Amino acid sequence: MNMREMIKIHQLNKSFGDLHVLKDIDMTVFESDVVCLIGSSGSGKSTLLRCLNFLERKDNGQIIIEGKEVNPRTDNLNKIREKVGMVFQNFNLFPHKTVLENIIEAPIKVKGVSKEDAISKAQQLLSKVGLEDKADVYPSKLSGGQKQRVAIARALAMEPDIMLFDEPTSALDPELVGEVLTTMKDLAEEGMTMVVVTHEMGFAKEVADRIVYMHEGRIVEHGTPEQFFNNPKEERTREFLKSTSLK
Amino acid sequence: MPSFSHFFDILAETKGVFLKAMLLTLELTAVSIILGIVIGLVFALLKISRVKILQLISDVYVYLVRGTPLIVQIFILYFGISGIFLLPDFWAASLALALHNGAYISEILRGAIQSVDRGQLEAGRSLGMTKSLTLRSIILPQAFRRALPPLGNQFIISLKDSSLAAFISMNELFNVATTLGSNNFDEMTYLLIVAVYYLLLVALLTLVVNRAERKLAISDR
Repeated sequence: MNMREMIKIHQLNKSFGDLHVLKDIDMTVFESDVVCLIGSSGSGKSTLLRCLNFLERKDNGQIIIEGKEVNPRTDNLNKIREKVGMVFQNFNLFPHKTVLENIIEAPIKVKGVSKEDAISKAQQLLSKVGLEDKADVYPSKLSGGQKQRVAIARALAMEPDIMLFDEPTSALDPELVGEVLTTMKDLAEEGMTMVVVTHEMGFAKEVADRIVYMHEGRIVEHGTPEQFFNNPKEERTREFLKSTSLK
Repeated sequence: MPSFSHFFDILAETKGVFLKAMLLTLELTAVSIILGIVIGLVFALLKISRVKILQLISDVYVYLVRGTPLIVQIFILYFGISGIFLLPDFWAASLALALHNGAYISEILRGAIQSVDRGQLEAGRSLGMTKSLTLRSIILPQAFRRALPPLGNQFIISLKDSSLAAFISMNELFNVATTLGSNNFDEMTYLLIVAVYYLLLVALLTLVVNRAERKLAISDR
């Protein structure tokens, strides 16, 4: 088992005004790990995820990406973001660009990949997510599940070492959730390091290597799916599991 | 009221001189729109920047332009600036029109840029794109598309506003109409004729804007 530390967070704190949303967060993500962040709305899990690619700025604490502590003031965040892909709840595809153009934009303009190489890579990724026939279609023509798979392909086109998923299935119709989760599962099996904010307990149970449960800005419980679902240590976790199983 | 046949006779007779005037009107309008878009984009970007002093500069500019009549602005450039350094009449007029347009266009563009979902910026940044690259290739194309209907409106206004250049003796449509009208003691005929020319130009401009809108709407189909 490779134990390279891809992400290490130490005593991370973040407030929005008076609201203290992340409290003394410590967390480590190893290479090829799939970590699921779960918890009720407002627990800080999305904010934590967004701190990992610096869409939110931490107030204090350390964020170490691939062994190097990142200082958002002095480091080139664009370089770090090339390594850390992100998939959003609302897809955020570029509506004025075709599926193919969505995928090749950043590799060409950011990494300087040639157009031919970017296109052939994009086609490869599209067939991987099962959308090879949608290359020239605009996003408005796609279903939610298709949009999210394109968004995953777009992030993968930058060849990131880490992928962040921010509630990737929360905006989808129930019948479209499966196709996105399957794509994510494939990615996990290929050994991608993934941090996933999700409400999909089934996915967390099946795919996650570790589960991080957050409540009111703190990490309450942290363990393997086995420990977490069958043998939670904390009372708060038990309450949470009871409430989700009732739904 | 002039009779129909009289109107059409004069319309045919004066075709040459009005076409020449129309050309000048078009030139004034084209310069004021193109320069106006450049100026408008610059001040819109100043306004959405995070730098307070740049925002202030944009606010003051928009306030000054919107707070004074266009004719006053034209006269200030014509009598004031032309006195300091040589500014040909055409440029005094089109610069005044462009500065005027720029303020309104900057507000149109600012609104359009801010209406683009924040997630678009985040998506660009999360792919490692710089702020300026995200702005250029993701935000502005979407903003321009949304801005097109109000921009078209503004273009029509600037076409008609170019008539104020008559007051610094530019021989554009309105000036030609009033001059010929009073020379011939037949103001109404010439005013109706010039109205026809403006309607024609506005129809043309509307067509161009509509076509651009359709072209940019391709991603919705």
